[in-house]
Amino acid sequence: MSSATDTAHHGHDHHHAPPYGITRWLFTTNHKDLGVLYMSFGLLMFFIGGAMAMIIRAELFQPGLNLVDPYFFNQMTTMHALVMIFGAVMPALTGLANWLVPVQIGAPDMALPRVNNWAFWLLPAGFVLLLATLFMPGGAPASGWTMYPPLVLMLGDSFPFLIFAVHILGISSIMGSINIAVTILNMRAPGMTLMKMPLFVWTWLITAFLMIAVMPVLAGAVTMLLTDQYFGTSFFNAAGGGDPVMFQHIFWFFGHPEVYILILPAFGIVSAILPTFARKPLFGYSSMVYATASIAFLSFIVWAHHMFTVGLPLAGQLFFMYATMLVAVPTGVKIFNWMATMWRGSMTFETPMLFSIAFVLLFTVGGLSGVMLALAPVDLQYHDTYFVVAHFHYVLVTGTIFAIMAAVYYWLPKWTGHMYDEKLGKIHFWVSVISVNVLFFPQHFLGLAGMPRRIPDYALQFAEFNMISSIGGFVFGFAQLLFVWIIIKCVRGGEKVTDQVWEGAQGLEWTLPSPAPYHTFETPPVVK
Amino acid sequence: MTSKMLVRALTAVGLIGLLSTAAAAPGESGWRQPWGLNLPEGVTSLSRLSYDLHMLVFYIVCVIAAIVFIGIFYSMWKFRKSAGAKPAHFHHNTTVEVIWTVIPFLILLGISIPATQTMIKMEDTTDYEMTVKVTGYQWMWEYEYLDEDISFFSRMDPDSQLARQRNPEISPREVEHYLLDVDNPLVVPIDKKIRFLLTANDVIHSWWVPELGWKKDTIPGFINEAWARIEEPGVYRGQCAELCGRDHAFMPVVVIALEQEEYEDWVAEQNGEAAAVGDEPAEADIDDVAEEELEDMSEDELMTLGEQVYNSQCLACHRAEGEGMAGFPALDGNEMVTGDVSAVNDVIINGVSGTAMQAFGGRLDDREIAAVVTYIRNAWGNDAGDLVQPSEVRDAR
Repeated sequence: MSSATDTAHHGHDHHHAPPYGITRWLFTTNHKDLGVLYMSFGLLMFFIGGAMAMIIRAELFQPGLNLVDPYFFNQMTTMHALVMIFGAVMPALTGLANWLVPVQIGAPDMALPRVNNWAFWLLPAGFVLLLATLFMPGGAPASGWTMYPPLVLMLGDSFPFLIFAVHILGISSIMGSINIAVTILNMRAPGMTLMKMPLFVWTWLITAFLMIAVMPVLAGAVTMLLTDQYFGTSFFNAAGGGDPVMFQHIFWFFGHPEVYILILPAFGIVSAILPTFARKPLFGYSSMVYATASIAFLSFIVWAHHMFTVGLPLAGQLFFMYATMLVAVPTGVKIFNWMATMWRGSMTFETPMLFSIAFVLLFTVGGLSGVMLALAPVDLQYHDTYFVVAHFHYVLVTGTIFAIMAAVYYWLPKWTGHMYDEKLGKIHFWVSVISVNVLFFPQHFLGLAGMPRRIPDYALQFAEFNMISSIGGFVFGFAQLLFVWIIIKCVRGGEKVTDQVWEGAQGLEWTLPSPAPYHTFETPPVVK
Repeated sequence: MTSKMLVRALTAVGLIGLLSTAAAAPGESGWRQPWGLNLPEGVTSLSRLSYDLHMLVFYIVCVIAAIVFIGIFYSMWKFRKSAGAKPAHFHHNTTVEVIWTVIPFLILLGISIPATQTMIKMEDTTDYEMTVKVTGYQWMWEYEYLDEDISFFSRMDPDSQLARQRNPEISPREVEHYLLDVDNPLVVPIDKKIRFLLTANDVIHSWWVPELGWKKDTIPGFINEAWARIEEPGVYRGQCAELCGRDHAFMPVVVIALEQEEYEDWVAEQNGEAAAVGDEPAEADIDDVAEEELEDMSEDELMTLGEQVYNSQCLACHRAEGEGMAGFPALDGNEMVTGDVSAVNDVIINGVSGTAMQAFGGRLDDREIAAVVTYIRNAWGNDAGDLVQPSEVRDAR
């Protein structure tokens, strides 16, 4: 039997063609199929969560309660966050890992294919539970995605649905991340030492360990909520000797690493794309790896910076302030390395490159407002205002989501064998990058000028910037329909691409044919 | 400048107090303006310290952002392939890696010094001269002056309550200080170190007045401390900053800082009135009602007071015409409301556990409960035809 690369180059690798029909997708253990499923699921959830954001921005278009009840508004902010984090971003990144990690390390598939199938199919189950609450009497969870007690305990029937949905999504994430870690550690091709792995693989390896470490903590936190509600415990009830703030400590011990779970793979994506279009190797590879590991380590000791207003002791506030400020050092290293990668390159600006450069610039904006937020005494002003909303949307939308879009444009020709429509891609980029700044930049001003977050109505002084922000939001939201159209168009046809696709692309996946056959690297390549 | 809120505050001071205070009315802060971009400098030493720190860090991050943006845009222009740029092949340089690790670290070290100093000052609640206890409720604040025998609830003003409904009777744009005005503001003296003790009754809230320089969570079962020494007389507005349920957006904070003498006048007035009517809304404090408190009230009195109480307490959920909404039952045409009086009293005094209906027994006095029960039994389409008197409410407690 010849190696996959050999047969593939001759274009007759059909001995393991995928089965047809719905069972192909239900029972598949193929990493590429599961990657497609994960990413499609993420895209669907991106639009469900996005629709909720549209409702939020429509209500905030003008002062007054114009469209929805305040309680429904709270349901929207809560569900928007849960759907975007657990439904859109995490599955999209896991899908990218599924598709790319095996072909980047020269493995035939993931190490645990059946776990892979099960981890994916838990996601729709979890989201059926979660989204079903929208149609129940009393509505969906409205406590904020942070689920702080005692407020979360006042939810009606949606409460147990929320808890079990979080459990299911957590199990899915743990299984997915164990699979990725095991694959990376055990299934690398001969010669693919750890320090030769593409940075996307490195960032995902570290992300997987973060997930394995913190998802059980979240599960513990929500289980304690459950027993407080139904079994008479008082973990978070002061009247029974508990402490509502303890929930926040436990939640953010999960929550802060979770933030980096959402951003680290994006670092990996951008570290793949910038060198390709600068036609120059990534600058400071090993420092990038160490910086990623440092960020991951620091993520475990900064959680209480989400809690500067709860009345921590002075020593605690100072410790968490210093630790948080330290995060800026490895993050800065990454940004400077990306700059140095572009420096004296030979750059072209295809859509993936545009999204990646926008990522570096706008993630810098979000990172720098993060430095401001790290300062405990001033955070007492910033906390729970739109300044925070602006900060984390710069990091998550123009950060992670821009990186995911860059990844889709970058690898779509490899997946489909067709080049996407570059003209439409550029239109998508420019509309998105302009509107997203119109959407989120004024929110910095709103927060500093005193607008709290999670409110459906606001004082008249905030009217102007809210209207601008909403207009940006509507444009950004509808621009994403173009993204879907570009993907559909590319899947259905288009200019045939070469194996390497991009002139400057380096790495094992670009040695495969385009589209990559159903099974690849059945005989491992040798990496020198 | 003669805002409704100010007028209401001044009414609380009483007629003489009103005239004397009006002469030196505390100024409205100029910070809250449309197109506002930045934090206020504020009116306390803490707020100025944190403002200075904010601006310092802001300028530093602007410089860093400028370096990154200019560097990248310059590279994009200079090293574009279309201009014939040939790629270099370098991929590592230990010296620059060390430089851009150490320099940011040193900058952060520099910032941490003023940040630490400010933090230490913020936590120093010793040597206070008076104490105000703040308790968060869904959705109002209670203020207790621990050195005086004064305590009252502070809720969003009725005009904002009306304007924040869907299809409101008055537009939000017609309400001065929409969503930022209360019936009973917190009145404090300037130049006194005030210690705030913060707690909550139901869920976590967060008490925030930007011009004081901080916010602090109010947590049920725990007491947080913070402090402020306000340096300028004025009216300072803020809001609840921690999601606390449906009406999180509708529990403003208003602090009026007065000169010491005026503050003492206010305290004297409050003590005089507190002995008489407790935490009655200022509008109702017309006569010396202590003697009449449990005397029967006329239908007009009951219905007038009842409507006031309804609009400030009930309207948010049960709506202007008692029509209710999802999760909150209609009162209009509700047979329970027009049925057994003692059941209605019980619901209002003790609330209904497991629902959003809270216990109002601790917040409203006998007259107010009697009035609002009478009101809901006879307003809109309801026609129970009877009056409920304060003495019945007292018996029901």
